[in-house]
Amino acid sequence: MLKETPLCSAHKALGAKMVEFGGWNMPVQYTNVIDEHNTTRSKAGLFDICHMGEFIISGIDAKSFLQRICLNDVEKLIPGKAQYSMLCNENGGVVDDIFIYMLKENEFMMVTNAGTFDKDHEWMLNHNPDGVEIKNISEKTSKLDLQGPLSEDILQKICVHDLSSLKRFFWATTTIEGVDCKVSRTGYTGEDGFEIYSDAACVERLWNKILETGKPLGLKPIGLGARDTLRLEACYSLYGHELSDSITPVEASLGWVVRDYKDFIGKEVILKQKKQGTKKINVAFEMVENAVPREHYPVQKNGATVGEVSSGSFSPSLRKGIGMAFIRTDLSEPGTEINIIIRGKPYLARIVKKPFYSR
Amino acid sequence: MAKENPSDNRYTREHEWVKVEGSIATMGITDVAQELLTDVVFVELPEIGKKAEQMKPLCVVESVKSASDVFAPVSGEVVEVNDELKNHPELVNQDAFNKGWMVKLKVKDKDEVNKLMTAEEYDSFTKES
Repeated sequence: MLKETPLCSAHKALGAKMVEFGGWNMPVQYTNVIDEHNTTRSKAGLFDICHMGEFIISGIDAKSFLQRICLNDVEKLIPGKAQYSMLCNENGGVVDDIFIYMLKENEFMMVTNAGTFDKDHEWMLNHNPDGVEIKNISEKTSKLDLQGPLSEDILQKICVHDLSSLKRFFWATTTIEGVDCKVSRTGYTGEDGFEIYSDAACVERLWNKILETGKPLGLKPIGLGARDTLRLEACYSLYGHELSDSITPVEASLGWVVRDYKDFIGKEVILKQKKQGTKKINVAFEMVENAVPREHYPVQKNGATVGEVSSGSFSPSLRKGIGMAFIRTDLSEPGTEINIIIRGKPYLARIVKKPFYSR
Repeated sequence: MAKENPSDNRYTREHEWVKVEGSIATMGITDVAQELLTDVVFVELPEIGKKAEQMKPLCVVESVKSASDVFAPVSGEVVEVNDELKNHPELVNQDAFNKGWMVKLKVKDKDEVNKLMTAEEYDSFTKES
């Protein structure tokens, strides 16, 4: 039985095509992926992200608990700031990539992926010797992402807080259409924008109000199809593709998240890899020949398999096939020519510097 | 709404259309199919001379999200492909029954054509599914 967000009937009323994602019945597209992608890049898009998970982690040991299970440095947070981080296992594999919001002293909100939520919960419960309170607030918490260059203009019309003062990776509490919200200047598209957390009971009101306010400026609802092409152009990792329990942050080219000076689960393996390197590493590539790479397609060099595509698509912004792949580290330099094997035939591609797109 | 299915074509359950004139069969995917795929970004066409077998994969259409096989509506030898699609795959979305054609085949067995659905039969087939 697929789980549904409170907006499921709203999506169907908008003519969305629904698909399964991480155990959830989600809109993949309303019109088509290219149109929704370009709308987000040029104007703004609104995404239902209610499927993602949220925990409140609190207590006098909350910070030291997070410090031990997260790769990034929780000490860098202050109330009102958010941080990208990861949970790793003892072998350095990624349990999940997450966002940590510091709410106040001794209280944090953790935002997780949808498909990994139960696993994350169990992982935290099993690594909580000091009995920090870990509260599951997923069901009653909704999340909308408003992304694109016109996001601030649109949201400011209906939001009490002065958004121009809200800097990237900061969040504020505010009221939108009478609904109490947490708004952070974060996102997963490579554009300016906001992530908006509120009570699930009020999310449909919020969704409708934002869509109505933004419509004259070109705002549209955006499905997971365009969310994927947008994040791929920005080279953001997607759990289950670039990250997994058996892929380390160093292999995923996310070593920058790791704070070497602090203690955390998985440190030994990860620091060793940072120092000595890994056999494979995640890179970005673009097709030289006209073709579309897809996940799991083999990567070859001189006829020998040297890697595998982790994410691939047609890029609506670049109008060509692009992807990310795990490849032998000695072949990972930008400019290196590789072949992507598509339906048994090699197509020329070239490794490029990440990301494909930045605003 | 999908465009009307031309009555002089025959149709497959995989949403290909075929138009037979003399010994030559022109084929593509239907308007219903292109609406389901949305944004076609690449079409892989067979080589001239390839021997196609009825309902075996002949082309591949790629949308942003996925790659889908296109099946040969009839058996025969590939005599021409629509080179326009190399630079303009969107023709499949814009004009599936005309400018979006994919392959011309030299028909091996005309009886195979009669096994396919008429426009009327295809209409009711797509309404059912």
